Order: sequence, then C-alpha cells, then structure tokens
Amino acid sequence: LCFNSLSHLNEDLKEMLESNKESLKLEAMKRIVGLIAKGKNAYELFPAVVKNVASKNIELKKLVYVYLVRYAEEQQDLALLSISTFQRALKDPNQLIRASALRVLSSIRVPIIVPIMMLAIKEAATDLSPYVRKTAAHAIQKLYSLDPDQKEHLIEVIEKLLKDKSTLVAGSVVMAFEEVCPDRIDLIHKNYRKLCNLLVDVEEWGQVVIIHMLTRYARTQFVSPWREDAVFDENSEKTFYDSEGRRVDQSKPYIMDPDHRLLLRNTKPLLQSRNTAVVMAVSQLYWHLAPKHELSIITKSLVRLLRSHREVQYIVLQNIATMSIQRKGMFEPFMKSFYVRSTDATHIKTLKLEILTNLANEANISTILRELQTYVKSQDKAFAAATIQAIGRCATNISEVTDTCLNGLVLLLSNRDETVVAESVVVIKKLLQTQPSQHSDIIKHMAKLFDSITVPMARASILWLMGEYCEHVPKNAPDVLRKMAKTFISEEDIVKLQTVNLAAKLYLSNSKQTKLLTQYILNLGKYDQNYDIRDRTRFIRQLIVPNEKSGALSRYARRILMAPKPAPVLQSAFKDRDRFQLGTLSHTLNSQSNGYLELSDWPAVAPDQSVRIVEVVELAGAPLLGKSKPGKSAEKFYSDSEEEEEEEGSSSEDSSSSSSEESESESEENSDDSNKSSSSESDSEKKKKTLKNKKLQQQKPDSKDSHDLALFLSQSHLFFLNKFLVVFKFNLRCIFVANCRCSLLCLCVFLACQFDAVSWHVRVSLQASFPVFVPETSHELLHRMTGKGLSAQYRFTRQPCIYGNSMVSLQLTLSNSSDQALENIHISEKSSTGQNIHRFNAIERLEPQASVTVSMGVDFNDSTQAANFQLCSTKTLRSDELSVSIQPAVGELLLPITMTEADFTKEQGKLLGMNESSATITMTPENISSQSVNRKVVSVANLGVIPSSQENIHSVPRRCLNLTKPTFWNVIKKTNCS
Amino acid sequence: MIHSLFLISNAGDLFLEKHWKSVISRSVCDYFFEAREKAVEPDNVPPVIRTPHHYLINIYREKIFFVSVIQTEVPPLFVIEFLHRVAETFQDYFGECSETTIKDNVVIVYELLEEMLDNGFPLATESNILKELIRPPTILRSMVNTITGSSNVGETLPTGQLSTIPWRRAGVKYTSNEAYFDVVEEIDAILDKSGTAVFAEIQGVIDACVKLSGMPDLTLSFMNPRLLDDVSFHPCVRYKRWESERVISFIPPDGNFQLMSYHISAQNLVAIPVYVKQNISFFETGSSGRLDITVGPKQTMGKTLECLVVTVHMPKVVLSANLSATQGTYNYDPVTKILVWDIGKLNPQKLPNLKGSLSLQSGAPKPEENPSLNIDLKIQQLAISGLKVNRLDVYGEKYKPFKGVKYVTKAGKFQVRT
Repeated sequence: LCFNSLSHLNEDLKEMLESNKESLKLEAMKRIVGLIAKGKNAYELFPAVVKNVASKNIELKKLVYVYLVRYAEEQQDLALLSISTFQRALKDPNQLIRASALRVLSSIRVPIIVPIMMLAIKEAATDLSPYVRKTAAHAIQKLYSLDPDQKEHLIEVIEKLLKDKSTLVAGSVVMAFEEVCPDRIDLIHKNYRKLCNLLVDVEEWGQVVIIHMLTRYARTQFVSPWREDAVFDENSEKTFYDSEGRRVDQSKPYIMDPDHRLLLRNTKPLLQSRNTAVVMAVSQLYWHLAPKHELSIITKSLVRLLRSHREVQYIVLQNIATMSIQRKGMFEPFMKSFYVRSTDATHIKTLKLEILTNLANEANISTILRELQTYVKSQDKAFAAATIQAIGRCATNISEVTDTCLNGLVLLLSNRDETVVAESVVVIKKLLQTQPSQHSDIIKHMAKLFDSITVPMARASILWLMGEYCEHVPKNAPDVLRKMAKTFISEEDIVKLQTVNLAAKLYLSNSKQTKLLTQYILNLGKYDQNYDIRDRTRFIRQLIVPNEKSGALSRYARRILMAPKPAPVLQSAFKDRDRFQLGTLSHTLNSQSNGYLELSDWPAVAPDQSVRIVEVVELAGAPLLGKSKPGKSAEKFYSDSEEEEEEEGSSSEDSSSSSSEESESESEENSDDSNKSSSSESDSEKKKKTLKNKKLQQQKPDSKDSHDLALFLSQSHLFFLNKFLVVFKFNLRCIFVANCRCSLLCLCVFLACQFDAVSWHVRVSLQASFPVFVPETSHELLHRMTGKGLSAQYRFTRQPCIYGNSMVSLQLTLSNSSDQALENIHISEKSSTGQNIHRFNAIERLEPQASVTVSMGVDFNDSTQAANFQLCSTKTLRSDELSVSIQPAVGELLLPITMTEADFTKEQGKLLGMNESSATITMTPENISSQSVNRKVVSVANLGVIPSSQENIHSVPRRCLNLTKPTFWNVIKKTNCS
Repeated sequence: MIHSLFLISNAGDLFLEKHWKSVISRSVCDYFFEAREKAVEPDNVPPVIRTPHHYLINIYREKIFFVSVIQTEVPPLFVIEFLHRVAETFQDYFGECSETTIKDNVVIVYELLEEMLDNGFPLATESNILKELIRPPTILRSMVNTITGSSNVGETLPTGQLSTIPWRRAGVKYTSNEAYFDVVEEIDAILDKSGTAVFAEIQGVIDACVKLSGMPDLTLSFMNPRLLDDVSFHPCVRYKRWESERVISFIPPDGNFQLMSYHISAQNLVAIPVYVKQNISFFETGSSGRLDITVGPKQTMGKTLECLVVTVHMPKVVLSANLSATQGTYNYDPVTKILVWDIGKLNPQKLPNLKGSLSLQSGAPKPEENPSLNIDLKIQQLAISGLKVNRLDVYGEKYKPFKGVKYVTKAGKFQVRT
C-alpha cells in the first residue's frame, strides 16, 4: 500500500514536470527537493527531471542541478543526456554561466565523463574570468576524487592556477593543492611571496587554507628561529643561532630569512579577523614559526575567541592547553579568563581546569587553589572529581603546597559524595607515594574509611596503600585483609587483584597473623572466574609460599614485592599533544586523522633561498629593451587594490575637482630588499605622499607634458602596452605616474585599465606574446562624403585590448576634411548589435584639416559578425549621427602565444582531435621560403611563430580572445612540383 | 572538506540532509545519537566525534544540532565557524533559526546550502551576495510568487562575488540614506560571596545598520580609541588605517552587520553596576531551605538599570520554592530546577527583594554547594567602558546621510557565587 501511494505521488510529480507550465514544473521540483532534503528517494523521476536541465527559468534550472548532482551517480546513463547542455554553457559569454556549468558538470560523479571534465577544467583554468578559474580549482578536487589517475594532468593545472594573481582564485587553488599534491612543495616556491602578499585580501576561508599550507612550507624552507635553550625542540641543538635582535658573540648570529619575516608580518593583521578559524590559523602559524619572544601577540586574540560559541571555546581551549604546558608565561596574565562558570558545559570546564593547572606556579598557586576549592563543591560531580585530580597535580608539581593540598584532600574524605571521596583517595594515594613515612596517620584514617567506600578504584587504592606501607600501619592492615576475605567473592576484579597483593605483602611481613588469611584468599582466587585473578593467584602462591618446586625465585619474593616504587608523575593529558600541528583535527582528537600532513622539523641548513625569486622570462625582442627604464622606484604591486578602490570611490564624488589626482600602477617582482617590503606595510596614505615625491623626481619624460589623459592614453596606447609587457617580461620595476587634469571620467577609465591590466598581465606574462606582424593597412570606416566632412579609418593594432580581455583593440583615425570645426565627436550610446563596445572618449573639438587618433575596443564574441554603431558629431550646432560598421577578419580575433616547440607539441597532443581543421594555401614556388610563408600567414591572422626543427612545418599557436583555449596551427609546407 | 550536513532536532529527529560530495548514509548519525545520549545535556555533546570512517563535527544552536560529516583532516574551527555562519544565514533569512522555519522553507534552505559550499569548500558566505542570489522570503513575495509563479532566485546574476569588495552588493539605492551604529557592551564578571569581583571584563560590539546609496566610504572615529584593548573587525575594515590612526575606515556592506568587536580586559578596572546581597541556606534537618536575595545599584553612572533578571540554577534536590518578591515576578521550574526572578526596572529608593523558603526532597542529604546567581540587566544610553564615538564621515558620495549612535550596556556572563 505504501509503495502504491509512493508511486502514485511520483506519477503526480511526473505529470507536473511534463506539463507546459513553468509554475507547475517549479512546484514539482520544489516538492522533489523537499523529498531529497528529508532523505527520501526520488530517483525514479530522473528522466522527467533531466529534461528540464536547459530550462530558461533560473530557479527551476538550479533545482534541476541540485537533483542532477544528487542522483547522477545512480543513474549514470541518463545523466549523460544532460552533459551537452553544460558543454554548451561552458562557452557562454557570461562568466557566471560558464562557472555554474563547470560547477555542475564537475559535480556529476560519472566516470565516463572524466575526459570531458578534464578538458573543461583545462579550458576554465585559462579563462579570463577569475571566478571561472576559481570554479576550475574546485573542480580539480572533484575530478581527483572521481579519478585519481588524472593526478599528473591535474597537477599541471594546479601549477598554472597557482601562478594566478587573483585573490579569488588563491584560496581555492591552494585547497586543491593540499588535496591533490601536498608533497609538491616545489610548486609553491615561485608563488610564495605572491601568496604572502595577497593573503590579506583573500576571502576568509581561503586564508585559513593558505596559512596552514604556508606553515608547512615554512618549516621545510627556513631555519629555526628558536634559540638553542628553547625547551620546545629537541633538534634545536643543531641550530646554534640566537634569536633575532639579540646578537650574542656567537660565530654565526641568527638572521631571519626575509621571506620568513614576510610571512609573519603579513599574517599578523589577520589576528584581528572576525573569523575564528583565521585567528586560530594565524596563532598556530606563530606558534610553529615565530621566534619565541614574538609569540605573546597571539595570546590576546586567542583569549578573545573564548567569548565565542561553546564549540569554538572547546577547540581554542584545547589548543591553549597544549600551548600552556610549554609556555606558561603566555597565558598567565589572562589566568582569570579561564575561571569556570557554573553554566559552562562539562568539557569546557574540564579544559579550563586543565589550563589553570598548567598555569600554576609558586606565585599564583594560592589564588588557583582558592579557585579550585570552589570547584570541588560543584554540583557537577564529574567536574568536581576532575578538580581533585587537578589539585593533586598542583601538589606534586609545586612542593611548597603539597602538605596544604594533602590536608585539603583528607578533609574531602568526609565528603558526602562518593565520587569525590573516591577521587580523593586515588589522588591521596598518588601523593603519599612521594613521602609515605610522614603520613601514616592519613593511611590509618583511610583504613577507617574503607568500609564506607564502595567505588572499586578507591577501594583498590586503599588496599594497595595498606600493602605497600603495611609497616607503618601494622595493626590496621591485617584487619583490613580480614574484612576483605569475607567479601572477596563479591568484589570487583581490580579490588580482588589488590586484595591478593595485600595478602602477599602481609604474608611476607607479618606471616604470623595473616598466614591463614592469605591461604584462604589464595584459594578463593584460584577458582575465580577471571583468569587474570587465577593467574595472579598462582604466581603469588609460587612466589611467596616456599616449596620444593619454587626454586630460586621465592628467595627474592620480598625484594620483588616490597621494592621501593617510584612515585607516579602526575602530568597533563595534553603533554604529548604537541606532536600534532595545532589547530588541526588530529590535535583535537589526539590521534592522526586521515590526510593529516606532518609538520616537518626545521632544516639544519636553509635550502636555497633563490628558488623563491621569480624567474626572469627570456627576452622576446631586443628593441623593447631600449624602452625599459631600469632603476625606477618600486612599490608593491599586490596589496594596492584597496587604495585603488578608494580612489575610485572618491572619483565620483566631485567631477570638477581641480586638484591633480594621481594614480599609480606600480609593479615589482618582489625584490628581497627588505626596505621595499617594509614599505608595503606602511598605510596607503603614506604611500601616496611618497609617491607624490617620487613622481616629481621620476616622471617619465614621455608623460611629463601630457596633461590630458585621454589624449595621453590614446596616443601612447601602444607605448603603454609595450611598457606593461616590459614590466612583466623583464621584471624591471617601473612606475607610471599619470598626472591628469582631465575629467574624472577619464581617470576612471584609466583606473579601469589598470584593474584589467592586473588580471590581464597574468596572462600576458604567461602566454600572449607580441604580434609578429602589425598590418599598417587601414580600412575605411566612414568616407568624407557620407560623413559630411568627417572621415574615419580604422586599423587593428593586434595588441591585447586594455579595455577588456575579450575585446579586440582598434585604432580609429578621425579627420576633418571640411572647413568648419567639428565638435563633440563620440560614439552613440545606443549600440544596434549585441557587441560590447568600449567607446573612445568624446573628442571636444576637431579643427578643420586636423586629424586625431583614438583607440577603442570591440568584443566581437569570436565571430566575424560586423559591429555596427553610430558615430556622432556636431558641426555648427547641427548634430549628425552616422551609422558605420566594422567587419573583422578571423585573423584579427586571435592573440599569439609564445611557447617552445616542445610545449607546442605537448599541448597539441592534448587536443584529442576535437578542434582540428585544415586549409590549403597555394603559393608560387618562388615564394616558398619559410619567411615568406610566415609573412603571408601572419599578415592575415594575428599569430605567433614557433621556430621549428622540422623543415617544413611552421607551428603557430594562437588564442581566441573569448574562448581562451589555445588552439594550434600547423602550416605544413608541401612542395608540389607541378 | 565538509562532506555532508545533517540537521537534527533536540528531540533527535533528523529532518534535513544535504550532501556536497557523494551521498553518505544517514546511519552515520547513530554515532552522534550515541554521544548525545551519553552527554545527557545537549550542551555537553562533544563538538568533535570520531567514528570508524568519518569525523562528525557538530554545533548546537537554537535547539538544533548541525552535524557535519568530515572525511579528512581539516581545521575543526573552520567547520565550526562555517556551521555557525549557516545558522546565522538562516536567522537572517527567516527571522529565526528553528526546526519549523527550516522545514517551512526547505527549498530556500537547500538553495542556500547549495550556494554556500562547492565540493565542501565555502563559496559564498557573505549575506549581501547570498541575498542577490536568493531573495529572502517575505509574506508579500510568497503571495506574489504563488499567484504569478515567479521565483525566489534572483534573475540577475550577482556581481558582488566578482568585485574586489565582495561584501557589498552593487547598485544600492535608497531614498533616505541612514547609518546607525549600536555600541553594545556586555560585562562578564564573577563576583564572589562577599560581592567583590573575582574577575570582570567588558566585551563590546558595534552593530551597524547602514542603508546608504552607491559606494560610500565611511570613517568612524572614537574620542578614546586607546581604551580598546583587543579588536576584531568585519573584513570590510582596513586594518592598516586602524593600526596607524586608530580610526575605522570601511566601505560598508548593505544592511545590518557587525562592524567590530572589542575587548576591555580585566586589567582595567571595570565598573560593576549592580550589587547582590544574598543568603541561600539549606537546613540539615527538615528538608527545607531559605532564600533571601536583594539587588541594588552600584556604579551606574547615574543611569537606571532595566530588564533586571536573576536566574538561579537550583540543586537537584530542591522540589519547590515558596517565595515572595517585593517587585517583579518569580517562577520556579521544578523540572529544569531553574528559578527566574524577573525584576524589571530597578528603583534605587526601594530595593527589590525576594524572600521565602525552599522545600527539598525529603531524606536527601542537603546540597554541598549553594547555587550561583546569574544576573541579566540592561542600561540604556551608556557604554560602561566610557567608549564614545566621535564622528562618522562619509566619503565618495554626495548626499548627507542621517547618522545615529546608540549605546547599551548589558550583563554578559555575569555570575554571583554564593
């Protein structure tokens, strides 16, 4: 019946899903998601649901995705039906759609689509949108868990993404790194400084992952900053360095690696994060990496976390407990923060108690003991018992208070609560072992208590005490044994064992009184149900009762049983927790969990530091060298986003601001010059000031006179691009200071350029190379006759467009061939076609016979469809709108990439034959030299040439602007004699 | 990282499950139920539970256990912090985070969880971004939705995630621009029998409600910033400005958020606004006890104490209480053994007093320890630390917003030992 109603329900839902109404479908999906949430099975509906995967309704689509990801594993064949939808969406111009397609595609756990996923990930990893790249980083982990055989390929993608300079990607790719190849520490070297510098701007979850990874990294790469006398590290004797700053007359004072310092400095502000996981991550980083005298800065932050939720408190207290064993001083000033409240959960109370005990020393012990006294009376008896243990630990650790504690504990023996009494007995037993002779009265007192105590552990403890110190209590001990003989069979095992013990010891010391009792007990033990007790009894009998068989051993029975025993050392349960990295799950559980990565010991000698210096890329062309300006002042490039935001924000505030605003695009490949790095710490205000000064001294001659930024931009557009490339190609530091007095709109444009430039450079430095050939030919856009005096020509600059990654850069030459000045020349706001056009800034006035060159960007969406737009101008107060169109050739939509021939063949090999197409060019035999072929090819398309070892093959990699997937062209020269 | 999430009610009803990787059977929760049973009180459930193949990290909030399943090493705080963020998001969306609201909004909950994690790694946790992706339900909208069949999912894809300031949504517009700040301070204290403070410190937060158009850049400064001992900030605050100038400079998220929290430690002298004279005793014979509590003002800076509540966790043997209060009402719950005395406003001329007898379970020994009192109170228009906001400046936008600062002092974990 139940099954029937279920199938009936499913029929209903199926009907709804197959209806034409969106709202019905949505309602059905909502109900299905409700079923999934409750853990009910809804997989029979799979075919009906999957049909809606391409729905236009976003909510419906999302719910279908939820369903698909949930059931794809169980319905693999049907799930494949949806794949093509995602493949299509992967090529969508909207980055968010691309990202969501990749997200769902990679979540479908169907092994057969692994190659498709791999391809999609590779493609997305080079996507221009950082958001898509972030999704790719997540997809790496998903693919890895689906098919670990892809590891090598995935590592390549990780390597590529690690180089990414976007804060959005950093956290996710490090997560992928940790999951796929945490041992490939070599991949981090080059990105180490970048990660350190980006850290503050990464989203909080990424910060946690990066910090944990960098902690491990630093432990393999730097030498120990801890001094030789530090108790923490056994290996520290190898390092004979002194802590920073305090240079003792040793042969080789410790100097911290600037990179080590960089990490510590850049993580410090994160102690102020609102995210407790980030604070904990930084704290453990300092604990494992910082010189001991700098550790104290983490204390306050950790104590602050104690105000957070119960669960957070639990974890933080555990870590503090481990820390406080080694470094009491860190938390002693905050001792009162660990005072227990009656409303705390038991595990929180126990941890606080643990910490208080760890912090106890001669100076504060009286305060702590007074506090512990209140806890003993707690209604929470488990906690009271733990308190007694803590008192015992204080008593053994601090000899001054041993007697006080012991007296206090004896008082507790008259407590009404049994657990308290029992715990006291156990602790007293341990304490007495340290100095038994002085305390025979306590032992006597306990013997009296014996009848009233029923807790086995406590009874066993008293029995042991009686036996061990039977000489101090010669009268009581046999009496206790007598009582035990009566109750022996009903006792717990642990009590029985101790009874046998006591009997044996008494037999040896006082056999006259106890011989019979002992034999009686041994007989009882002989037939006990527990074999431990039977064994023990047999052993004791052989040992103490001399007979012909027992031989030599029984002569030593007394020395064996009555040997002086060392007092137990009461120590913290957190004593050995420090073998785990703090803040980890393994530390919390005190056992190694799956996937725990061991923190290595400091190396005795630091590995090569130069591996972290970002490599100089080979020069691409000699003439460019001349344009670079060496010795320019430098600032950090990375942490500037904040400042730029500020400027952007303020720019819209007042459009007539006459004050000169400057914007900077600074770049530096982190030099190890510590001066430089310290300047990055100074706040943005300061930086502005210094920049102003620098600007005065170092303004580039080229830009000195250009006050009109728009003009400056357009005219030196090419120069700028080259300049940017120079920066990244040759690691030269340069700074652009544009002094603009133009409208703030222009400033925005310029800032936008910079922003783009940041993300764009990543790519440029990796991939895009200079166009081999820039055609000089211009195409006519507007004839002077149709334009009523205004004529326009355009040409493709074949430069990466600064306005947008997917745009094609165009240069427009406007000239006025009429006899009147033209005013306000601009592109109309309305764009007739779908293309995204970056307009040039309106030209206020164009004198007769004058011409001006401006640049613009057009996103052709990788199609050769013409871009149509209106060019507006005003002549003697009459405005004109002129429709024009630009038709790109395929070749202009490409960007060349530099790579070696080996890389080319490798990349080409990965293409799996999906994007292959070929064409034949016929040429006359005279023109068949390789140069001429190249020239011919590059004149029609924006391609790069890879020198080939093979005579007749020219490899030309290129990248489509939008698709970002490198595609490869082989030009195979076939000598055709005919 | 986070493999699956199970929501379990206090009664042990597993009412929602969500998996971000392959599906894990809900039988894994048996280990949790076992631990739950052992702990007796829900607060005592260990936050991290080990099972043979998984690790369960759980939080307990609003009578719901959020149990996440982990398979490999992960910083436990990472998961705990995330789970709390989930609970806060639910609260933000539905007004409260309870079993009923979650069940009622299961689709939105699912959509939220889908957006918050990708493959177990947090993707979008900022409330501003989530609200652009999935609109919070309102009565009006749910009505419109049922009629027109439109959805809760935003039609426009959010751009906040792509920007350099992910916490603020783009294109914010208000007709009246307002920025309100609440300085809320809580006194944590333990007073001993004689009324002296064993331990006292102040925990403060500044809650903001900022409804400003465009991209305002705000600067908040204090009269006495040196007072702040230890601070933590919302990610929007620029650390470096604080370090160098002690001002809080930020581009705010839209709507309500916690701008910062701070800590004024025990080293500074903390004013205790209230004193308690109490006498609770249990008699050796007769299974009864006596209770006498008087509350009076101490260092209140001339302000009135409001919402005064005294809570006592009585020992298990106390069966009932027969008391009389000169002001306010009292209530003793014999099941949870909690005595609550709601006083309300404190009148310094006539101090409130609660007096009477307690009856104990007959035959049971008298309790060892006297119960401690927990005090709740509120003082309007006062930050007990003396912190004062100096000014708020808006840069980047032309309008003049309406600005307001409110101060409140509350008792945090304020306990009087007896």
